[in-house]
Amino acid sequence: MTILEFTDVHLSFAGVKAIDGVSFTVGRQELFAVIGPNGAGKTSIFNVLSGVYRPRSGRVVFDGTDLVGKRPHEIAALGMARTFQNVELFANLTVLDNLMLGRHNHIRYGPLSAIAWLGRARRAELAAREAVEQIVDFLELEQWRRLPVGLLPYGVQKRVELGRALAMEPKLLLLDEPVGGMNVEETEDMARFILDIRDELDIPIVLVEHDMGLVMDLADRVLVVDFGRAVATGPPADIQHHPDVIRAYLGEVQPT
Amino acid sequence: MKGRPLLHTSYASEMALFNTPAKRVWFGVLLAVAVAVPFLLTDDILQLLALCCVAAIGAIGLGLVTGYAGQVSLGHAFFLAIGAYTAAAISGDPDGRVIGFGVTNMLVWLPAAGLAAAAAGVLVAPLATRLRGLYLAIVTLGLVFIGQHIASEWSSLTGGVGVGRPAASLEVFGYQLATTDAFATRDQKLFWLMLALLLVFALAARNLARSKVGRAFTAIRDRDIAAGVIGVNLARYKTIAFAVSSLYAGCAGALLYTVSGYFDPSSFSLLLSVQYIAMVLIGGAGTVSGAIAGAFFITLLPRLTRELQAWVPFISTQPNEVPNVFQVETILYGVLIIVFLIFEPRGLFGLWVRARNYWKAWPFSY
Ligand SMILES: Nc1ncnc2c1ncn2[C@@H]1O[C@H](COP(=O)(O)OP(=O)(O)OP(=O)(O)O)[C@@H](O)[C@H]1O
Ligand SMILES: [Mg+2]
Repeated sequence: MTILEFTDVHLSFAGVKAIDGVSFTVGRQELFAVIGPNGAGKTSIFNVLSGVYRPRSGRVVFDGTDLVGKRPHEIAALGMARTFQNVELFANLTVLDNLMLGRHNHIRYGPLSAIAWLGRARRAELAAREAVEQIVDFLELEQWRRLPVGLLPYGVQKRVELGRALAMEPKLLLLDEPVGGMNVEETEDMARFILDIRDELDIPIVLVEHDMGLVMDLADRVLVVDFGRAVATGPPADIQHHPDVIRAYLGEVQPT
Repeated sequence: MKGRPLLHTSYASEMALFNTPAKRVWFGVLLAVAVAVPFLLTDDILQLLALCCVAAIGAIGLGLVTGYAGQVSLGHAFFLAIGAYTAAAISGDPDGRVIGFGVTNMLVWLPAAGLAAAAAGVLVAPLATRLRGLYLAIVTLGLVFIGQHIASEWSSLTGGVGVGRPAASLEVFGYQLATTDAFATRDQKLFWLMLALLLVFALAARNLARSKVGRAFTAIRDRDIAAGVIGVNLARYKTIAFAVSSLYAGCAGALLYTVSGYFDPSSFSLLLSVQYIAMVLIGGAGTVSGAIAGAFFITLLPRLTRELQAWVPFISTQPNEVPNVFQVETILYGVLIIVFLIFEPRGLFGLWVRARNYWKAWPFSY
């Protein structure tokens, strides 16, 4: 069973072929990693998936629905959540408010109930707050709850962004370099959270990451891209020894 | 929890509007002062304060679209005009010189003015989904010129430039809300009425701002791509922002001229839009109390500059002499906007936060 089918997608920017015919599928229990050198097109794949970019051609089917041409909020409503390579949090808002924003689609009332703030809106806000507190617990964010996100250390911000994505109760989670710029300790914490998400919350994950150790440890399957093309797909052990991969990517990093 | 008033034992108590004793006390004191004030002040000042309250309703509206949702609108004067003319036409004398339908009940013309302006706001909103920042500001500026042109041409509605028409009448089911009687003067009643309306509109805005809708507004303002990716429908929420903001402007426009009783199409100029922008920026964008403070400040400013004349005798009160108080006023708006943007972007609200933090930390300076 697959949750995502990405088929022969092409995307270009003024002559730069950011994605040049990439295909892959992600299973419902899978932790699928995408690796590749800088500028290979990894983030572009995420941007196509979440509706930020519209591909020139190709098919993207998520949980039975074609995503091409859909706008980001429609794709979010279908159950796709993501984090960004450079944290895209609402820096002026507190951790709690950022997480509450993640629950936007699960809070159902309109502007009129909001103005009156009677039964319906109040109940919905309280329910959302309780759900958000569970995420605070899960990601161990208690001590920062009420602080504006902009004041927090980078590693914590990355965790808050993960929390915001989790608050959406997604069917598929896209993580763009979740440990980029983190120290060893923060990286280990994050790895633990990613495994917990897959194993305890049963959410399939697509992971873009430069940290080879992390990818080799966590991923079920790996896709290697280079210059917008898929170089190889397979289990981490096979990928490490694939000659094209070594040429394209691992040439600069000694395979472990 | 006795003895620890800041400890919340449920999410509900923490999420309450006045969630600390300090906020409750402050609000109570302010309200008591406001209700008592008419017994202490002269009628002309009360009239001015009534105007402040109405301006605050308009400023809260602009604050929602510009301060919260980040959509800079210079078109506020246009929506104020729609409200003012809708109300005046509905409540106007059917046999008069200008269009009037003779429905003088405020419970009819006030909502109608708000809804008419909100409808216009919904029509304008698609611009905001295509344009951003400065471009949106310039296009909404265009609305002001279109509005002014229509208002000066359509004299059967507006009475024409230099003549004008009577404003809506303050009446509910035949009962005059603002007439001098044995208990209170017209201006005292006017002040209480506008204060009560301001409270209602401010409370509604605060509720909206702390809800799902208000959070979506801030998300759009701060990072629209991330907002879309977490599920915020940008077009829908920009439309809501413009609709609510225009609704506030429409109601403010309808009420604004009931104080003086008469108005003229030249009122709805770019200067009016700029004054409202100044209220929001000086008060502190993104807060309801800031918009109220800014509205009081800007509305009282002309009065203060006129007082200034007593101290600085070379400033004239005659518009045809240089320098005159009107020039000083215009320059002051500009200078204040610049000073606040550079030194305290959070506006008067920011000054208040600083003062509060200073006293909280006192006697430590950090
Ligand atoms: N908005 C854009 N406009 C123009 N070019 C773009 C845009 N986004 C991406 N590109 C180009 O597309 C190519 C792929 O970029 P992408 O960000 O997907 O790479 P990446 O694999 O995520 O790299 P990194 O590891 O550095 O994050 C690059 O050549 C980049 O310059
Ligand atoms: Mg990238």
